[in-house]
Parts: sequence; structure tokens; C-alpha cells
Amino acid sequence: MKNKSLVSIDDLSTDEMVSILDLAEKFEKEPSQRLLEDSVIATLFFEPSTRTRLSFESAISRLGGKIIGFTDASSSSVTKGESLNDTIRTVNNYCDLIVMRHPVEGSARLASEIADVPVVNAGDGANQHPTQTMLDLYSIRKTQKSLDNLNIFLVGDLKYGRTVHSLLMAMSRWNTTFNFISPDELKMPVEYKLYLDSLGLKYYEHSDFTDIIKEADVIYMTRVQKERFSDPIEYEKVKNVYVLRNHMLRDTKENLKVLHPLPRVNEIHRDVDVNTKSYYFQQALNGVYTRQAILTRLLDLK
Amino acid sequence: MKEPKQLSVSAIENGTVIDHIPASALFKVIQILGLDKISNQITFGTNLESKKLGQKAIIKLEGIFFEDDDINRIALVAPEAKLNIIRAYEVVDKNVVKVPDQITGIAKCFNPKCITNFEPVTTRFKVVSKKDVALKCHYCEKITDQEHLVIL
Repeated sequence: MKNKSLVSIDDLSTDEMVSILDLAEKFEKEPSQRLLEDSVIATLFFEPSTRTRLSFESAISRLGGKIIGFTDASSSSVTKGESLNDTIRTVNNYCDLIVMRHPVEGSARLASEIADVPVVNAGDGANQHPTQTMLDLYSIRKTQKSLDNLNIFLVGDLKYGRTVHSLLMAMSRWNTTFNFISPDELKMPVEYKLYLDSLGLKYYEHSDFTDIIKEADVIYMTRVQKERFSDPIEYEKVKNVYVLRNHMLRDTKENLKVLHPLPRVNEIHRDVDVNTKSYYFQQALNGVYTRQAILTRLLDLK
Repeated sequence: MKEPKQLSVSAIENGTVIDHIPASALFKVIQILGLDKISNQITFGTNLESKKLGQKAIIKLEGIFFEDDDINRIALVAPEAKLNIIRAYEVVDKNVVKVPDQITGIAKCFNPKCITNFEPVTTRFKVVSKKDVALKCHYCEKITDQEHLVIL
């Protein structure tokens, strides 16, 4: 490999993951470190993703780096018909690292093969979004003190949800028990269940919220999107089944935290926000530390 | 009455005979092995009767010997192909093709949202199942199974 890139969560060994989380902890203690003072980072957002972009730009800014790039494809040469190959080859000349968001799956892997500088995948279609997974791991480890022997509940769209698939793959490196709560149409794909079987990890499937959540250490909520349903009546039937409300958290474990990759719509009721078990906004903040750790690690600065 | 003229395909002296190619896959095999671009003597027959395949094709290549890695490239389209290695008109070795661990080119990723279907990129796959062929795309990480397999 001619450069060190982060394209897929599977690119990282378990040791590398833990080492990045340890580094992120140091950035949490001391966020402003001018390690990127002499660096130029390109943020290429071929599709808009304000949340992810701001998190990266905040991480880069706290490290003293300069940012160049575009925020959606319409303001770039892509609209003139330039190929990804040519865009990456050109931008490669101007920067020390590329952060890239692109709607086409596999585009980040291709970019990492074209570029001489490291590429960080900030989401390639429905495929991978490894920095999201790393910040999820960071949030879990921070709140649970360990990644071992946890009972994780994944809720909502488990069929198309990129974040839950990556989180499952990452957490399966530790001794994790999984509970899946989803409508029938959006169940966890069979290949992931086979993978857990092959590792001997336990998982349980449920079609709605029950008292079972009293066993949870982490509840990871995702959005159930209307456009995922072939039949709109099916959506109407389930849309309120997967909504978490504050009273449901009564009698849950002391250490329970509720996570969500954001943006949320209505799947977590606003009344949960005041509960100390809600953690999604701190989770977003953890994204900055985690991205600081990933950027400095890929550039061999830490 | 005249004897019908028979065009005899002569046995080869040194080279390779590829047998048990499904008749429908013959031209794919020719393309994958690049046989249309070499000047060696090649004879092939197709739509020959075969108990196993229904209709099979056979290719005789004079002066050509394959490395395993090269010949295994045809395994996706001719999984039952058998090779006879000929030296001095004698079969000196027999071989079967094996599905390789990696496939470069040859197959198309079935995911319409994969970058390989947008940019001129050579496809790359990891073979995750050999019996019922399943290929994991190096780029989009989606799995293309036998049913959706399209040869480029």
C-alpha cells in the first residue's frame, strides 16, 4: 500500500482501533493541539453532509490545520463531467490528506488507490463510514468503561442502516451480546447473523420494544425511513412502534446509554433528552476527538 | 458414390486441450484467455454432444501451456473444464480448473451503485464461496452471487 488510508472499518486491526481510542481520549483532555499547523487537508464532499463535514472541520481547526475543498458536487468540477480519477489526482497535489464523502459505493477505496496522500472515507453511499463507527466505539467505551461483555441493542432500520452494520462488525471483535429490534421488513440481513454465528456470539431478534430493554447496556437507535417501505401502509403501522420515550427507560440499567448517529427525527422523543441516560449529543462531540485521533495517526503525527 | 470429404482435425504435437467447456461459454473462454490475439495454431469445436453438459466445446492449442493462475481465470464460466497436457502426441498430464481466491477483471459487480459501474476501473473480487460462486467486491464490498454473475 502506498499510503495509509482509512476506507473501511475492517482496515483496522483491533489493536489499531484501541490505540486510536486511547489517542482520542488524550484529545478529549486537551483538544487544542497545533499538530496540523503545517498541513493542508482537503474535504471533498461530493454530496452534502453538514454534520460530518462540520465535525471533521472542527477537528482539523482544533489541530491548527488549513482546509480546502467543496461542500457539494454542484460547486466542483464534477458538474463539468470530470471523473473521480482526475479530481483525486488533481487535489492530491494540493493537500496532505483527503477527507471524502461520495454517494457512490467503493469510491473511497478507489480514491485511496489513486492518491499518494492518505484518504479518510467520510461515507461512500450505503457502504462504509468508519469514523462514525470509531466515534460510536469511543462513546461506548467511555460510558461503559470497557468494550467487553456488553449487551447492545440495535433498533430501527437494521436492513439498510450502514452505521449499525459497521458497529456490529466492530463490536463483534469483543464478547458482545446483540439484540435487534426492527420491523419485519427491516431486519438485520442474514449475512451478519451468519457472521455472528461463526464467531459464537449471541443475538436475539425482536419486533418491538418490550421489557427486554432492561437488560441493555447500550441502546443504539436509528431512523426508520418511509422510503424504505414498498407499502406505505406497512410504514404507517410501524412508524410509532420504534419510538423511544422517557418512561420506557424507567427500571433500565444504571449504566445504560442511548446512542443515535443523528440526525434524529421522531424515533427518540424529545422527552428523553433530559434523561441522563441519553448520550447522542455527547456522542457527536466525541466525533471531534475521534477524528482528531484518526487524522494525526494517518499522518504519523501521533 | 463419392466418399464424404472429412476434414480431420489433426492431433496436436505439443500443447493443451481444454475439454468440457459448456458450448455457450466457448467465446467467453476465448476472450478471457486472449486466444483471439495469438498466432499459434488453434482448433476448436462447439455444440459437440456431451452426456454431462448437453452441448460442449473443446479447444486444442498447439504450443501453448498455461500457468495455473492463468487457466483458473476461466473457472467462472467453465467450472468443469478439464485440461490435457500433450507432449509428443501423448497426454502427459491432466488437470482441472479451480476457482481462484481472487478475480481481477472478468466479472462485473452487480451493485448498480458500485464505483466500478461508473468509472473505468478494473473490477476486483475476493472469492468468498467457491462451490456456489460468490464474489465480494474489493470496492463496494457487496457480494455478487452466481445468479447475478455477469462476465465482462
